Amino acid sequence: MRSKKFMLVALVMIAALSLSVAFVQAQDTQVIKIASQSPLSGPQSILGISIRNSAELAVEQLSADLEAAGFTVEFVPYDDQATPDVGVSNANNIVNDAAILAVVGHLNSGVALPSSVVYDDSDLVMVSPANTNVNITDRGLVTVNRICGRDDSQGAAGAQFAASLEGVETVYVLHDTTAYGLGVAEFFQAEAEAQGLEILGFEGTEEAANFDGIIQPILALEPDLIYFGGIYSQTGIFINQARSAGYEGIFVGPDGFDSSEFAELAGDAGVGTYYTSVAAPVSVYPEAEQFAADYEEAYGEGVQPFGAQAYDSAAIVLAGILAAVEANDGALPTRAQVAEAVRAIEGFEGLTGTVTFDDNGDNEIASYFILQVVSADKDEWNNNELLSTQEIPSPLFAEAMG
Amino acid sequence: MSTETVNPRPPVGLLSSVLTNPIVQRIRSNWLYRFIVFPIGQMIFFIAGAALIMTVIAYFVAFLFPEPRPNIILADQITKQLPGMVISGIGIGFVYAMIALGYTLVYGVLKFINFAHSEIFMVGAFIGFEVMETLAARGGIGDISPFILIPATVIIAMLVSGTLAVVIERVAYRPLRGAPRLVPLITAIGLSFLLIDGVRAIAAITRNDFNLTYPTNELPYLRNPIPLSFNGAVVGGFNLGGTTYETLTADGADLEEWQVKETVYQAVTVGGVTLGGVPVDTNDITTGETEYELILIGGRDLNEIEDGANVVNIRVTIVIIVFSAVLMLVLLNYFVNGTKMGRGIRAVSQDQTTAGLMGINVNRMIALTFFIGGAFGGGAGALFGLNVGTVTPYVGFFPGIKAFTAAVLGGIGNVTGALLGGLTLGMVESFLNGTLVYFPALGQRYTDIFAFSVLILILIFRPSGLLGERVDEKV
Repeated sequence: MRSKKFMLVALVMIAALSLSVAFVQAQDTQVIKIASQSPLSGPQSILGISIRNSAELAVEQLSADLEAAGFTVEFVPYDDQATPDVGVSNANNIVNDAAILAVVGHLNSGVALPSSVVYDDSDLVMVSPANTNVNITDRGLVTVNRICGRDDSQGAAGAQFAASLEGVETVYVLHDTTAYGLGVAEFFQAEAEAQGLEILGFEGTEEAANFDGIIQPILALEPDLIYFGGIYSQTGIFINQARSAGYEGIFVGPDGFDSSEFAELAGDAGVGTYYTSVAAPVSVYPEAEQFAADYEEAYGEGVQPFGAQAYDSAAIVLAGILAAVEANDGALPTRAQVAEAVRAIEGFEGLTGTVTFDDNGDNEIASYFILQVVSADKDEWNNNELLSTQEIPSPLFAEAMG
Repeated sequence: MSTETVNPRPPVGLLSSVLTNPIVQRIRSNWLYRFIVFPIGQMIFFIAGAALIMTVIAYFVAFLFPEPRPNIILADQITKQLPGMVISGIGIGFVYAMIALGYTLVYGVLKFINFAHSEIFMVGAFIGFEVMETLAARGGIGDISPFILIPATVIIAMLVSGTLAVVIERVAYRPLRGAPRLVPLITAIGLSFLLIDGVRAIAAITRNDFNLTYPTNELPYLRNPIPLSFNGAVVGGFNLGGTTYETLTADGADLEEWQVKETVYQAVTVGGVTLGGVPVDTNDITTGETEYELILIGGRDLNEIEDGANVVNIRVTIVIIVFSAVLMLVLLNYFVNGTKMGRGIRAVSQDQTTAGLMGINVNRMIALTFFIGGAFGGGAGALFGLNVGTVTPYVGFFPGIKAFTAAVLGGIGNVTGALLGGLTLGMVESFLNGTLVYFPALGQRYTDIFAFSVLILILIFRPSGLLGERVDEKV
């Protein structure tokens, strides 16, 4: 009886000792976490999952320098469900995890706008691979950066292209009522008017399934071209139904069209659709070949648009953290130091081009692409025809250049 | 078609002498009249009434605001869109009506709102997809006759959804039958989430995706719209395969004249009556090879109609929805009012205890009600899926809410009311979608606000719905 009690006490003591040793060891290598926020469920999850996977791949491949400096780098993906309130509630969880030093995200500008305020309150840096709304950076937050282009330039590029098409005189503009869709549609409208096109209608709709009612006035107005500022999960279905209701004109859209799922949703009706993009298919970037192969090997499927951008965003974040660690004599930097280091990055050579942030966090020179859907087969999506590429400077940079 | 009126009040007023006339009574009790003529007549009446009222309102608005935006004459736009709006209103209206039946039937027997019904609808849409996709994966779906393929898809969706509704009733609602009425209501909302996430999980595991697209790409007959001209005469462009055309040879000057136009119409004549024109691409016409006819309808030469002007394109799927819905509603009417089991359901909805004492198996009747409601919801789901092309686990929410609204609008518990409510709501929505566009600062995104304002207005004046009866005493 007595020996049993003794054994028990001894066991407990050994257990406690080993635990404390483990604890001390864990303290030895400090953990740095990089979070991602993108829709991992819901209709837009195809792009969102690709963003998560690409960022994860970057963290796996590029954190050797940080690990050599004595840190463990972890990747924590969050699902923002493409919904602002979920994004904000995730953001609150993220800022409360002291180990998280940077966020890669979001897919949707409508989610990024409120979430980035939460990050900014805690000086947490965000690098966006995909948010094109002008207000993302125009608010001038120190922590918010993006490597992709902007809606004003993208909408204008779309309108200029629409005006250059033969026989297009009248356009009908639709948007999905989100910050993204409305934003890009308004910039399209402004530039289209400046180009002398007649705007027959400007409509917002949240409808996701049955567009019959929305199509009726369009058929009556007979526009030469329809511009739809929205995401493929809505626009693909719309285009499919508009064609089968007898609309014969041209469809143009923003980068929200850019997913292989669009081909599936729109079917044959979607072939010939033009879209502008801030992210060309991976095949357009010569540097991204290895990445596309690695991605396919790791996740068993092809990388979606914004994947390469997400990889670059994570790479920039890692480079920024490394710079902050070096500036901090090898100690763990604060979030504010990381944010400063990320903004200070100059001439970063990523897969998708060179990144230098201006004072608002825009990439100084961003690329815009005009593509045309070539096939209703989703496997052919990466072969969509690239019609033209434009390099447009960010507003601040353009001003500085005079 | 009402489950509530078992003993109608004796007719009073002007119509009483007509209604008590023996000949009229003989006609009214005739099988053909009760189960075919009356219900179909009723539907036509509801559609025509709703369309007429909305048309009058639309032109009245056009009179108040003749030019809401520069260069837009509202009355002209309405005239142009009128057939399109009416057709789209009928299409969505029948979908609402079919879903609304599920709410109203269950309310009729159990006096509770089955909020999981919108998810039964969604499951129907997924089953429809599974049937089509399985066939498409096997290959040759395009070779199956549409008259077999589409009914088979809809019927399988109906059977599965109906069975699911029965299982839900047995597992989740029957054990709670004695509980306070809020308890099954919360259960229903919980089940709704369960079904959404369950379907999402199953679809994600089996298909690796839960945005599922019907393989309509392989069914060209669903994708080519039917042109309908309404300039002078309404012409249905149905291709009634197998009819012989009365034809003239297209050659020489005739052909040259035709080829100026984008399309000419090939007449479809049955028994000497020209029913309509099938459009023919003029590029496909070669001299002397095939025979075509310039068709004359209502004193007008169809080929004189300006290209593209006043031709409305009807989506084939809407025609399918309307045909299926009418057929199903006629069958339901026969079932409820013409069979012994239907009488059982009516008895249970009137008084469960007494019905039980009279030897009616109450549990079985309730299960049957759930089956019928679920089957209608599932059938509507498959038709809706066919129409919109893509289904997600979240697709049930809005049609479900709107159909519930339609059931309340028509008078919940009343089967005819569900039909009227659905068609009315569909028509209101379609007209709002078609006309709000032209008002700056408004627009289609406010359609729901206006549609629900109409609902509130109607309920202020008729709290129990358009056809609902005042129920003094609830179970």
